[in-house]
Parts: sequence; structure tokens; C-alpha cells
Amino acid sequence: MIAAPEIDLISLAPVLVLSVFTMLVMLIDLFVGKNKSVLVFVALTGLLLAAVSSFAKTDWPVSSFGGSYVVDHMSVFFTMIFCLSSGLAILLSVDYNKRENIRVGEYYSLIMFCTVGMIILASSTDLIMIFLGIEIVSLCLYVLAGIRRGDTRSNEAALKYFLLGAFATGFLLYGMTLLYGATGTTKLAGIAEALSHAEVLSQPILVMGVVLLIAGFGFKVASVPFHMWTPDVYQGAPTPVTAFMAVGPKAAAFAAFFRVFTTAMPELAPTWEVLLSIIAVTTMFVGNLGAIMQTNIKRLLAYSSISHAGYILIAIIAKGSLATSALLFYMLSYTFMTFGAFSIVILLGRAGKENLELEDYSGLGFKAPLLGLAMSVFLLSLGGLPPLAGFVAKFYIFQAALNEGYVILVVLAVLNSAISLYYYLKVIVFMYMKEPKGDFQISLTPITLIIIIIGLIGTVQLGLFPGPVISLAHP
Amino acid sequence: MVPLTHYLIFSAVLFSIGVLGVLIRRNAIVVFMCVEIMLNAVNVSLIAFDRYLNQHDGQIFSFMVMCVAAAEVSVGLAIVIALFRNKATVNLDEINLMKW
Repeated sequence: MIAAPEIDLISLAPVLVLSVFTMLVMLIDLFVGKNKSVLVFVALTGLLLAAVSSFAKTDWPVSSFGGSYVVDHMSVFFTMIFCLSSGLAILLSVDYNKRENIRVGEYYSLIMFCTVGMIILASSTDLIMIFLGIEIVSLCLYVLAGIRRGDTRSNEAALKYFLLGAFATGFLLYGMTLLYGATGTTKLAGIAEALSHAEVLSQPILVMGVVLLIAGFGFKVASVPFHMWTPDVYQGAPTPVTAFMAVGPKAAAFAAFFRVFTTAMPELAPTWEVLLSIIAVTTMFVGNLGAIMQTNIKRLLAYSSISHAGYILIAIIAKGSLATSALLFYMLSYTFMTFGAFSIVILLGRAGKENLELEDYSGLGFKAPLLGLAMSVFLLSLGGLPPLAGFVAKFYIFQAALNEGYVILVVLAVLNSAISLYYYLKVIVFMYMKEPKGDFQISLTPITLIIIIIGLIGTVQLGLFPGPVISLAHP
Repeated sequence: MVPLTHYLIFSAVLFSIGVLGVLIRRNAIVVFMCVEIMLNAVNVSLIAFDRYLNQHDGQIFSFMVMCVAAAEVSVGLAIVIALFRNKATVNLDEINLMKW
């Protein structure tokens, strides 16, 4: 007979609230017909309430469900990022879905279910829960990537994502199993405890488990050599989904990645540090060099997101509390810049012609000066130029790594940051130094305007006055 | 009693068969079946560890894996059908609209 663990529903509040609202969205969808704007309203309310309810417990860290779920500083901050990114994704979808004729209400509930999975992922301290969280997120994303059923590109993106995702899940799962077999528990704290004994630490299956875990997580965060799916899926998926994928689920995977490696396996750090350092460096190089060759803006941003995964991996390698806050700050500023950039990508498209080639951006800076300026701000921030958010975020991660003595890693990362400016500036060159090819038909709706303004405020604010957010991100 | 190593080797072989299948086969459905073989290989070692450690975590984990695998089947086959309606192929080499 096993004793049932104590059940603490209050610490699950954001998950429960969001699940209820997701089901509401699905239910209301049955009655509203073609116009889905009421769903958007319900979804945003749900996300807002979920964000608020994550403060239901304030005496952090609160561990519940027999140590498999935790409400702490990191999980609450990540919940905020998830609610923000899902809210932005839903807002971004409103006009896009009208234009591209995506008239399924499930679209919104899938984004919300995905958010539920992300919150679970960032708050779990048990391998089983982390696995479930990853699968909730992934299954929603497979469907979202292929939501344009009639479009072959969308189908292809979904199939590629699905097959490779399921393949990676196999590796992740095998890694978790070996870890469980070697330590005898699935709880992260228990694993850390077991690993402090020398006879457990010397088992060969442990190393294999760690390698497989890195492969599995590496796929979910799109790091080299598990990045092959990223450009294809990002290109084929509907653009708001791409923006969402680049931010929310990636942040969630990083949260779990960080938690598993820094809380469960600090004893094994010498093993995984080397491996992760190699992966981080190759990820940055492949991402940046790959982006240089791209002519499609969505693929360019996909490669850019690969290189950003490389920078964020440095935070995992650095460990420590400074690294935690650097990770949180990075993910928040990445949310603002990415959504800002993608909102402009969406804005330039129109029904039947998405205008995704770099040449379609020729002359944008003259025809629509403010849009061009906004796009430049987002791109330069992604490239890490001061005084924008991207600079502070990178600086903060490098600082954390330098404190731990990873000088070579930081030097290579700074070098990569410089390479990345090349392709971000290439877009800006197209916008300001080439003659416009055709006329832009830009219909700026209030919703898109709001997203761009949120993105701009976030990017500039976090760059100029990072203090308050950094102190929030600091445990 | 069969020792733990036998189960682990069996599971590792099964897992490798799955991995090889994913890498070699070109039919999306067969690739998908190979992924399922991988998951079941994991289940074998989970149960073996569970029995060997005399616990229940591994069994619970393997149930979760089965549930997730079932959910994955439904999503995966739906995606394959959606693609087949548009392209009338499940050969992965012909699904190549996007490259580099």
C-alpha cells in the first residue's frame, strides 16, 4: 500500500484556472459561429487570471504533491512569461487568422493548453511530471504547426516536427529511465541526494542517461545537432504560431532543462558541462552562420532563434543564482523582441501573398518610416546592441558565466554576437538602402499596433532601465 | 530469476532497432511505428528497474508513457492523413518543399 501524497490544489492554481478557461473556450466555440473574437476575449481573461493566481502562494518555495511540484521564484516568473507570450500570440493571431482564413476555435484552446503544459514544465521537480509537461506542450504544437490543413507547407512542417519530436521524446525518455534506474527515484531532489553517494555516481548507465537527456532537451530547445527541424517548422507553421514556438515553449523547455541539470545533477557537472559547452558553441556558430545565408525572413529568424538557444545554454552551464536570474531576464526580453519582429513580419503580408523574402522588405524604411524604425529596433535588440534589452540580457548571461570562470565560452559568445549583427543589419540594409519593389499594402489594425507598442516598450525599457526587472528576477 | 542486465540489454537492442528504423525507413507510418518501438523499449527497462528496485514509480511512469504514446498516435496519424489528402504520398523523401 502506498501512502497518497498530500494534495495542494492552491499551488496548482494557475494550471487549474487556465485549464478551466481552455475548456470554456472550447465550449463557447460551439455556439459562436464564424466570428471567433469572443474566444479571444475569454482566452485573454483566462491567461490574465492564471498570471494573477500564480501568486496564490507567496511563501516560496512551496513544494507539494510529494515533492513533484514546486512554486518558487523561478516558476512564478516563468508563468508570467508564458502568460505574456501566449497572450501576445493570441492577439497576433486575430488579424492573421482572418486574413489566412483559419476559422477554427480550437486554435485558441490549443495555445492555452500548450500554456498549461509550459507552466507544468517550469514548475515540476519530478521526471514523470517533466515528461508529461513536455508532451502536453509538444502535442499542442504539432497540431498548431499544421493547423492550416489545406496548405502543404503547413502539413509538411507538422509532419517533420511531429516525427522528429516523437523521436527526440524517445531519447529523453530513455535518458530519464536510466537516471531513474541508477538513482532509484524520479524526484529531482532525490536524484541529487542519491548522486552524493560515490557508488551511485560511478555507474556507467548514469553517463548514458545524461547524454540521452541532453539529446532530448537539446531537441526541444533547438540546439545543434538537434536543430534540423527548426527552420522548416518555423517557415511552414502559421506566423503567429512560429512566434509563439520561438518564445513560450522554448522558454519552458529551458526552464526544465535548467532545473533538471542544476538541481538534480550538480554532482555530475564535470560530465555535462563539457558536453553542453561544446553544444552551446556549435549552436551559436551554426545558428549565426546559417542565418547569414537565408533569404526568407522566417527562416532567418529561425536560425537566429537557434543561435539564441546557444547563448541561453551558457546560463545553464554557469549554474548558480546569478545564472537563474540571467536566464529569466533573457527569456523576458527575448519575448518582447521576438514578438515585435514577428508582428511586423505578419503585418507586411497580405491574403495569398505573405511577403516573406528579404527583398519584400526593400524600401520599407521610406514607405513606412515608423514600421521600419520599429523593425530596426527589434532586430538590433536581437543582435544585442546597447541600449536595448538584448544587450542587457546577453551582458547578464556573460557576467554570470564570467563569475564562474568560463572565459573562453564568453569570448566565443561575444564573437558570435558580432557575427549575428551581420544578418540583422542585412535586413535593415534592405529596408533603408534599396529601392522599393512594389507598393506596400499595410493595414495597421489597433491590435497589431498594440503588440508592436508592447514590444517596443519592453525592448527599450528593459534596455534602459533593467534594474527593477533584474531585482524581480533575482531570487 | 532473470537478472536485470538481460532486460536492459533487451531494451537497449529494441531501442536501437527503433532508432535505426527511424533513420533508415522512408515511409512516414513505418517511421512512426519505429518511434513506438523506441517508447516500448523504454517501457521494458522502466518495468525492469521498477521490479529490481522494488518500487512503484517505474510502473506509474510506464503507464504515463503509454497514455502519451496513445495521444501521440492520434495526433500523428491525423497529421499524416492531412498531408496525404494534399499530396497523396507518405514517402518522406517526397515531402521536401522546404530546404535549407
